[in-house]
Formats: sequence, C-alpha cells, structure tokens
Amino acid sequence: MATTLPRPTARARIRPALIDCDIHNELDSERDPYPYLPARWLAHLKTYGMRGPSGASYPRFLNRRADAHPPSGREPGSDPAFTSRQLLDEWNVAYGILNPLTGAGSQLNPEFDAALATAVNDWQVAEWLDPEPRLRASIILPFEHADLAVAEIARRADDPRFVQVQFSGRPREPMGRRKYWPIYAACERHGLAVMSHAFGSGGQPITGCGWPSYYIEDHVGPAQSMQANLISLVAEGVFERFPGLRVVSAENGFGWAPSLAWRLDATYALLGDEVPHLRRKPSEYLREHVWYCTQPVEEPERPQDFLRLLDQVGADRLIFASDYAHWDWDAPDAVLPARLPDDVRRKILYENARDLYRLPDRPSEDG
Amino acid sequence: MGRYIVAEAGEIRPGDRKIVEVAGRSLGVFNLGGEFFALRNRCPHQGGPLCEGKTFGLIEAPVPGEIRYSRPGEILTCAWHGWEFDIRTGRSWCAPDRLRVRRYEVSVEPGSQLAATGTDAPPGKVHGPYIAETYQVLVEGRYLVVEIDA
Repeated sequence: MATTLPRPTARARIRPALIDCDIHNELDSERDPYPYLPARWLAHLKTYGMRGPSGASYPRFLNRRADAHPPSGREPGSDPAFTSRQLLDEWNVAYGILNPLTGAGSQLNPEFDAALATAVNDWQVAEWLDPEPRLRASIILPFEHADLAVAEIARRADDPRFVQVQFSGRPREPMGRRKYWPIYAACERHGLAVMSHAFGSGGQPITGCGWPSYYIEDHVGPAQSMQANLISLVAEGVFERFPGLRVVSAENGFGWAPSLAWRLDATYALLGDEVPHLRRKPSEYLREHVWYCTQPVEEPERPQDFLRLLDQVGADRLIFASDYAHWDWDAPDAVLPARLPDDVRRKILYENARDLYRLPDRPSEDG
Repeated sequence: MGRYIVAEAGEIRPGDRKIVEVAGRSLGVFNLGGEFFALRNRCPHQGGPLCEGKTFGLIEAPVPGEIRYSRPGEILTCAWHGWEFDIRTGRSWCAPDRLRVRRYEVSVEPGSQLAATGTDAPPGKVHGPYIAETYQVLVEGRYLVVEIDA
C-alpha cells in the first residue's frame, strides 16, 4: 500500500492550531493488550476469545485511509509515532482525543469485559499518552455493568489525560435508562464528559425498522440511534438528575439535531404530564448538555445551507473531529465552508473543544 | 511550464502507477494495458492523495438487480473517501458533468531523441524528476513525457 509522507513542517506551522476530538488508536493485532491483562484473563482470551453481539459493524467500517500505512508495517492507526507525524504534526493538532474501538465494552462476559477495558486503558496510557503529550483519551468502560464501569472510572479519575468515557452507538438499552445512571453520577463527580461513538451494538439493528441490506444504510444509520439516545437522556430526566453532565455525540452527524429539538418541544407541550420530572423544554436540555463532533461533516449542496444549519445547532456546540485513520476521515482544511467567519471557524476547530474538555491553551511555540 | 520526463516506459507495468512531483505538483502516472495517463494527485473533494487509492473496474446497474462489471483497473478511487474517477478522462463517476480531476498528456518518446543534446535538456524539453534521480537517458530507451501547459 502507498504511504504519504508528512508534508514539510513549514506548511504545518502556518496552519491554525486545532483540537481533534475523534482519533482512533488501533490495535495492530488482538495480541496488543496481552501484556496488560492479568494471567487469568489472558488465559481466558487465548482460550475462549472475544465474544460480543454480532452485526455491530461492517468490515468496510474497519477500512483505513489508503495512505495511512506506517513504514513500520503496523496497521494504519496503530503506530503512535506515525499518527503523531501524519496527523498531529501535519495538521498542527494541539490536542487529539483517542477513541480506541477494540471490542472492550461489548464483551458478553462481564468480568472479562471489565478486565479488557482496564487493559485497553493501561495500553493507552503506556503506549499513547505517556509518549505523546498532545494526546488525551476516552476511558473505555464495561458500560453495560455500572458497578464495574464506576470502578474503572475511579481507577482513571486522577489522570487528567482521560477527558471522557466512551459508550458505543447502540448500548443494550437507550442511554437514559436507569442502569447507566451510576456511570453518569461518577462522570459528573469527576468532571468527565460522556461520549457516544457511532456504531458498535448491544445486539440491536442500526435502524428502528430492522437490519438493512447495505453498508450505505449502516453509514447513515447512527443519525437514528443517536437521536434515540438523546430522546432517552432527556425523557428519563438524566439532565435534571445530573445537571453537570456533558454529552458528546461522535460520528453521528448533526443535521438532524434542530428538527429533533423542535419535535420534542412540540410533543412535550402535549405530553408533559407523563414526564413531570422535566422542568424545562427538551430543546433547552439538548442545547445546554450536548456537543456534536463534525465528522462525517454534513455536506449540503448549497454551502449557505451549512451556515443556516450551524445557526440552529449552535456555533458553540460543534467540535472538530477527523476520525483518523478511518477511510471516511475529514481533512481539517476542507470540511468547513470557505465563507465561514474566522471566529466561528476557530470555535469549531479549537475553542469549543478546549472549553468542553477544559484543556489549557498551549504555549505559543506549540501553535 | 513545459514537458517533463517522468519515467522510463518499462518502469510502470500495465496496472501499475508511479507518483511523481512535476513543476510543483504531484501527479499519478498510470499504465492501462500499455497506454499511459497522468492525473493530478489531489482529489477535488477534500484534497486527498487521489492517485494513491485503489483501482477497480466500472460497476454499473442499468436496472436494479442487474450488475455489470467492465473496464477492470480503469477506475481510480481516492485514498481517503473512495470518490471514483475514470483514469482515461479524469471525469468523476459521482458527478461526471461537473466534477473532474485535472489530466495531463503523456507521450512515449525514444531516448535517441531526448538524449540528442547530452545531459542538457533537449530543445522544447525540460528534464523531470527521472533525471534528477541521476538516471541517464539512454539512446535505446523509451521514456514517458508529461506535458504541463499551465
């Protein structure tokens, strides 16, 4: 496969600093977490292997940028030094947030799921965060088992390089359900955001109507599952119970967000007595508590429609994400319309994520 | 602008390609069954390295359920998002009427002609990276020349 060498540093220097909220640090092979697993669970993995719900994602989803094969021969996205060069250096990334998609969090054996999540987090610290000061990471959780998940949060809470926890796109129940509340309480307590990344499945199809035939249907499907999660978070009163909670939607799109808010508000006016624990209009909870990653960016035929959409979603609620090194990544200099005002562009590329994740500005030599 | 030697003709086998830097731009030079084509190595979608992507044939369905596969190896897909382009014409398959990648003329020329004036560029020629890589133009050789007109 072809490899593109990073462009000259001089070019990266003149690019504005950005924060990339969705970088995938990949396993080169299933053996990568071996050194981080206790003997009991290493034996389990070698003997029984991984087992999660099937149908979570297409093989195509696992394809990588064809120009992202590291010279080391490792899989794209699995070589920390190459990710630093091809992504962080080339695009002047001040902070990049790691989202490993490893199978941890979806194992059907709860204790193994917890051990694997711990191993993946230890692997992130040792092989990604320690060598590269620009990286931050999501805590991988056995999120279907709140007691085990809260224990893992406690294990990581003192490391400020972990900025959020990761949920899959389709947990076994909608995200507002009571079983997940202890996780939200822990996140609120420790100042961690809750991120739901598209795809990944607790066993449900990606549509509310069953399993579709084509990958193209799967690729646009997260718009449905994330709406279901947000409706649930609002309706269950999660934002009343945990007023400090910050929710991040990754790779689910955002063009649907305004119409969801309108619909919820109109329906709340009719059915508010069913959910008396809500004290505000659903749109207000969404506006205050939810951030949306840009990738895959909405690409309307007319660029001015993007600006109208941005006005509805909120220019302070969109955060740039590249999805490196997946095949459908977004290039930072190409995803936003050219006519976007400079201050809005800077919010989306940098300031919104800085404020959301409470990241300190770097000294000027880092851009 | 001018004409640039980018490769020895035998260097790019049928089905293969070579990425070259010419006149400050990156090009992909492709061999389709002995015919040579050059395209700008920059996708009009998000600026990805188009010419480093995989090649496929043309997949068409004149009616749902009837699938035709033709022209194997002649459709280039961008290394990033897989946007499809016809290597022969530079036209995209997602919006062929309005979206295309710049293509350049490639000719195969004998070394006897190119080497006529020794190491200096012959009249009307500018040596490309193939020369910069310190290869000699051999009289008996055949070379690919790309024309950059703007």
